[in-house]
Amino acid sequence: MSLIEVRQVSKSYASGAETVDALRGVDITIDQGEFVTIMGQSGSGKSTLLSILGGLNRPTGGTVQMSGVDIYALPGEKLADFRSQKLGFVFQSFNLISYLTALENVMLPLAICSLKSKEKEAAAREALTRVGLGAKGDRLPNQLSGGEQERVAIARAIVNRPEILFADEPTGNLDSKTSLEMMNLFRGLNDSGQTVVMVTHNPENCDYSDRTIQLRDGLVA
Amino acid sequence: MKLHNISINNLRRRKAKMAFLTIGLVVGIATIVTLVTLTKSMSGDIERKMDEFGANILITPQQNGLAMNYGGISLGGVSFDQKEILESDLAAIHTIKNSQNISAVAPKVLGGLQVGEQQILLVGVQFDKELKLKQWWQIFGAAPKAKDEVMLGSEAARVLNLMTGDSLELKGESFKVTGILDETGSQDDSLVFAELAVAQRLLNKEGRINLVEVAALCSGCPIGDMVLQIAEKLPSAKVSAIQQVVEGRLKALDQFRRFSYAMAGVVIFIGSLIVFVTMMGSVNERTTEIGVFRAIGFRKSHIMRIILLEAAIVGVLAGVLGYAAGMGGAKLALPFMAESKQAPLVWDALVAFGSLGLSLTLALLASLYPALHASKMDPTEALRAL
Repeated sequence: MSLIEVRQVSKSYASGAETVDALRGVDITIDQGEFVTIMGQSGSGKSTLLSILGGLNRPTGGTVQMSGVDIYALPGEKLADFRSQKLGFVFQSFNLISYLTALENVMLPLAICSLKSKEKEAAAREALTRVGLGAKGDRLPNQLSGGEQERVAIARAIVNRPEILFADEPTGNLDSKTSLEMMNLFRGLNDSGQTVVMVTHNPENCDYSDRTIQLRDGLVA
Repeated sequence: MKLHNISINNLRRRKAKMAFLTIGLVVGIATIVTLVTLTKSMSGDIERKMDEFGANILITPQQNGLAMNYGGISLGGVSFDQKEILESDLAAIHTIKNSQNISAVAPKVLGGLQVGEQQILLVGVQFDKELKLKQWWQIFGAAPKAKDEVMLGSEAARVLNLMTGDSLELKGESFKVTGILDETGSQDDSLVFAELAVAQRLLNKEGRINLVEVAALCSGCPIGDMVLQIAEKLPSAKVSAIQQVVEGRLKALDQFRRFSYAMAGVVIFIGSLIVFVTMMGSVNERTTEIGVFRAIGFRKSHIMRIILLEAAIVGVLAGVLGYAAGMGGAKLALPFMAESKQAPLVWDALVAFGSLGLSLTLALLASLYPALHASKMDPTEALRAL
């Protein structure tokens, strides 16, 4: 059953006097429970595609349907609500909030939920335990290693049990050993039923996914 | 974890920024509190002084004529149909509607007497009331207490060549000089003061009065109304308010008040600018953070609430600290600015709650645009990594 359906998605940017076509009519289908990696050289449009899939970047043309919902047709702040309820993000630079502890960072997506405080904390602790960081919840980001920060970022992305987990170059800032651990973590999450869509430039990461989509000059190769 | 935890944690863990923001507002609020409190305390002090010192209503006999004096130089005058105030009529003053505002009623009788080769002006007064009215009098010796005692103005003592303890003969009666007034610079320097009843007898004006000075409590009392009320009770008298001094002082105070408000306005403007610039800088610093908030599903209103809540916390804190600092400043400055060293500091609940409200409002207003700016950030732009 297809969870994501991307139809003829294009994205153009104005760069000075010129217009750059980052995506030129992309068609993709991703099924529920799949682990998909998106590969491509720098400037191929892979990060742009991920931001469009994640409801963060309105395409110039085409449609993006998730669970049958045309997400860019959602009115007002409904797209933000959709992101909050259905999607999780792991960013390349982790982007943890420096003044919040690891536990508070993980609880961040729950700050706008109607759960009780204890339930939020329990969910955050469970997510931290899943990524193997249950004992370091009270540390600030600068007291954690790069790998640990990545784990916190993953825990933050899965704490609200999203339908799709998006990751943008999650091993880009990590050494090879930690990268391996992270990919195993993503694999484990996918094995437990989590749909994962990951942008990467590292071909080794594709070994962990079910399928790889190659992008070249804004088109699926 | 709720939205307010994000605001509180941000402020708690970025102490330097919070301190800078708070200090900017504290200085503004403290300045306003100091200036407003000083103005209020000084107004109160001046009003109290006017209550304590000097008359502000003058009652004289009605006369159909024109006074011929200017700048203290008398050229005589043309008057006819001279009327006088009867001492027995003075009780009516205490029956006016605003009688509770009357602090002292000091009747006087005046008349010339010959002392040797000198012509003197004798004034009959009720010393207890006169001393209450003229607290600035410095007496060498003591005020008369007995009927055979008199007090001299400094000039009268010099001209008559008399000192405390000497005797003065008036119309064949001997009076002991119990006190001599220190120079006042007023007409009091040339007068000889005796008990009212004694002076009335010596001047053959028993039961009559030439002049009544009335001191009315000034704090909010309607002097104009009281003048009309007394005039109604004493139709044969001319009642007038001595308003020049009062109005002069109040005018000066009003100018100070306006200057204070202008100063406070400038300081508040600068304080608001500091909050605005700092908040704007903070929003720009937190671009990525705001991008993360938006990416994980925070609405624009959530972002605004986080920023405005931070501003509100700073505003309340600055309001409390600003009020405390302002009152401290006013307490230190008041002895140097008020006329009396013991002028009490006015603690006004309106100033307390007003400073809190003003601080909160300014912090929120100055942060409104930065908050709007933050909420409108494009999450993709904010998250440059994507």
